[in-house]
Amino acid sequence: MPEVPLLKLENIGKEYFGNRVLADVSFSLNRGEILGLVGENGAGKSTLMNILFGMPVISGTGGYEGNIVLDGEVIRFGSPFDALAAGIGMVHQEFSLIPGFSAAENILLNREELNKSLLETVFSERLNTLDRPGMRARAARAIKTLGVDIGVDTIAAEMPVGYKQFIEIAREIDRTRTRVLVLDEPTAVLTETEARILLDALRKLADGGIAIIFISHRLQEIKSLCDRILVLRDGNVIRDSDARSASIRDIAAWMVGRNVEEDRPVRAGTISDEVALSVRDLWVDMPGETVRNAAFDVHKGEIFGIGGLAGQGKLGIPNGIMGLYPAGGTVSLFGREVELNKPRKALDRGMAFVSEDRRGVGLLLGERIDWNITFTGMQVQNRFLKGLPLLGNLVRLRDDDAIAAESEQYIKSLEIRCTGPAQRAVELSGGNQQKVCLAKAFSMRPELLLICEPTRGIDVGAKELVLNTLRRYNEEYGTTILITSSELEELRSVCDRVAIVGEGKIAGILPAISPAERFGLLMMGDVEDEGAQKEAVTGNA
Amino acid sequence: MLKKFIATAGWPRVIIGLFLLALFVTAPFVGVRISTSLSDTLVRFGMNGVMVLAMIPMVQAGCGLNFGLPLGVIAGLLGATMSIEFGVRGALGFATAIGLSIPIAAILGYGYGQLLNRVKGDEMMIATYVGFSSVAFMCMAWLLLPYKNPTMVWGYQGTGLRTTISVDNYWSHILSDFLSFKIGTFYFPTGMFLFFAAMCFLIWLFMKTKTGTAMTAVGSNPEFARAGGVNVDRMRVISVVLSTIFGAIGILVYEQSFGFIQLYMGPFYMALPTVAAILLGGASVNRATIFNVVVGTFLFQGILTMTPSVINSVLKTDMSEVIRIIVSNGMILYALTRKAQVKR
Repeated sequence: MPEVPLLKLENIGKEYFGNRVLADVSFSLNRGEILGLVGENGAGKSTLMNILFGMPVISGTGGYEGNIVLDGEVIRFGSPFDALAAGIGMVHQEFSLIPGFSAAENILLNREELNKSLLETVFSERLNTLDRPGMRARAARAIKTLGVDIGVDTIAAEMPVGYKQFIEIAREIDRTRTRVLVLDEPTAVLTETEARILLDALRKLADGGIAIIFISHRLQEIKSLCDRILVLRDGNVIRDSDARSASIRDIAAWMVGRNVEEDRPVRAGTISDEVALSVRDLWVDMPGETVRNAAFDVHKGEIFGIGGLAGQGKLGIPNGIMGLYPAGGTVSLFGREVELNKPRKALDRGMAFVSEDRRGVGLLLGERIDWNITFTGMQVQNRFLKGLPLLGNLVRLRDDDAIAAESEQYIKSLEIRCTGPAQRAVELSGGNQQKVCLAKAFSMRPELLLICEPTRGIDVGAKELVLNTLRRYNEEYGTTILITSSELEELRSVCDRVAIVGEGKIAGILPAISPAERFGLLMMGDVEDEGAQKEAVTGNA
Repeated sequence: MLKKFIATAGWPRVIIGLFLLALFVTAPFVGVRISTSLSDTLVRFGMNGVMVLAMIPMVQAGCGLNFGLPLGVIAGLLGATMSIEFGVRGALGFATAIGLSIPIAAILGYGYGQLLNRVKGDEMMIATYVGFSSVAFMCMAWLLLPYKNPTMVWGYQGTGLRTTISVDNYWSHILSDFLSFKIGTFYFPTGMFLFFAAMCFLIWLFMKTKTGTAMTAVGSNPEFARAGGVNVDRMRVISVVLSTIFGAIGILVYEQSFGFIQLYMGPFYMALPTVAAILLGGASVNRATIFNVVVGTFLFQGILTMTPSVINSVLKTDMSEVIRIIVSNGMILYALTRKAQVKR
């Protein structure tokens, strides 16, 4: 192994608008080494790779701290082109292939083989014709390195997704200078066989001297492929370990964090035996968050968490229950079935909803705060209206005083920072907007509160306040609360029980005080055994 | 102070207001009487006001500007011609015309609303063609409908409605002359203004109801409204029906002041000036207030009244039509490009 590491990151840090996403990240990478990078959604993996690749989003938001050293030289890329020129290749989660082009054309895009011609001397090589046979040969060589059999003339649009992923990688391999290859969840779309072929190919590439950074949620792959594992959590390096010595259980525990019993506040609320919400055979067709078959019970007065990785369907569950996306199955509230696909029916039954899409669904950005808070209450419960005495109270008008009064009350109790109830929602910060969304839900005085991503995109201080508010509301009014969040830590600190969703199904339900690695394993697709699951569904655990 | 005023009024209104003021100042020097000019402006303001008001519900519900206004106008024309056919005169005749046109407008508006719900995002384009095609359809209908009243049908044939029908013996100036007064050559159509004010009040009242609030929310963020239990499509249809009804009432107010019913291609030219007026008043594609209507209609009609008389006198040529087209279309162009900023 050479003395000088090929790539070395020293104390990398990054803030987005005062929100710290990376702190003091350091690691090094040798030639021919494969580094597995793991972490939950939002742990800072993508940001780290964006910094490495010189993405404009980084320099556009104030650059980064620390140094990147490539081959003993400090580098600071201004754009992805610089990174490419320096020999760093990246394969993105999204396919960046041109659908109408063949495999060869896609692999050699902008690096085509050219025929010599006279025009070149007069103008530039831009007018040269393509050397098609030469290109095909080169593309075939790159594909062969990967150990797969894909025709170089296949049109990208007609390939199965797995092939597209290979073509992307072949493109990076073809760059002769590529020394570091970054793969962001390359196996996510592949079948098991394809994934195995890919892993073998990566091993071969590494043996040829290329250093690889491999990002994946599948810990099994990480374990079998990588030499070393770097675990990120909340922007910090939690562990830099040898892959052989770490067990999958360890990795999962590092990822999701320490046990939280110690700093968990004592619950004052009471959970009754009565089932508040019962969900059976639920499917929801929500783009990117498909729910296939979910079943669980939530008890009256309970705070129930739904966690899981992005795209597994956890957000689809509350959205489906509220009727916002096409859904089927049985949802009952206090024993009576709730009609799906009609938000009004769910609202009428005393459910309130805080959407994960705050700006798109949660708020009337262009309208006043007090409108935002009282709108649903007015439309569904006919509150905040006053009769017009002249017309025998037949025509009922908006009661602007009552609206302002209700809002003032929430502005005070939730500490919403604003100039007053008349300020427009769009002018508030993310945290305060989220509080307005909560106020809207509280104002409904719901029996069941469904909250998606309560702390997404808000700073640490506001996070704490929002979670405390939820906890307090539950204790004071005995409201049953269903929280869906990508941050397991958060769920474990507020909830009584947490369900982990995987591939559109409930992978398992655990009491929030269960050890972290059990959650981690559930997230990684290790379904709890039947007996335990049954127990958890009915809540007798 | 001045800066704040400009900020609230918006530059376009300040500039056009100053331009209008300049026209009024120049008028006496080029031999145009200011009192007649002013009363002309006021009369035209009153004539068009209700039709401009008809834009509000659809804009607020996010259906865009009602380029399909001719549909409402046609409903109004049907009501007007039917009231004459039945021979009802005076205030009762005008009331009959309104009473007959409202249900027609409601039915047409319902269908129009259903259509717009199927083309979300392209409402204004589709609305324009709804307007065009309804006018073309009615060009045939006016000829074929079995009207018999001799004041309306072609004299030599005895069937088919004439292009222009006088309402002189029926309800000409029925609103305008109510409580109206004259100071020298200055004429003020009090009744028409009272009626316009009443219509504004109705819209204001409606926008303050639960339904009106829901409509505004639908226009502001349909997803929010849906999550709040509002039937978005129904709100949009209600807004279109309202717009169409107000369009019908608007054309009746226009006709009683004008003294004539204009059929055939008449409705064709109604949508653009009304759209231009409300945009000039500071409305955007998804937000409009009564204030926008009042200011916009006054400025737009003021310019339309004053430019021909003043500029023709100054240049000694007839530029009126050219200037009218530049102003009205220019305003529409300006306002529609502003849409990009309004949308997120």
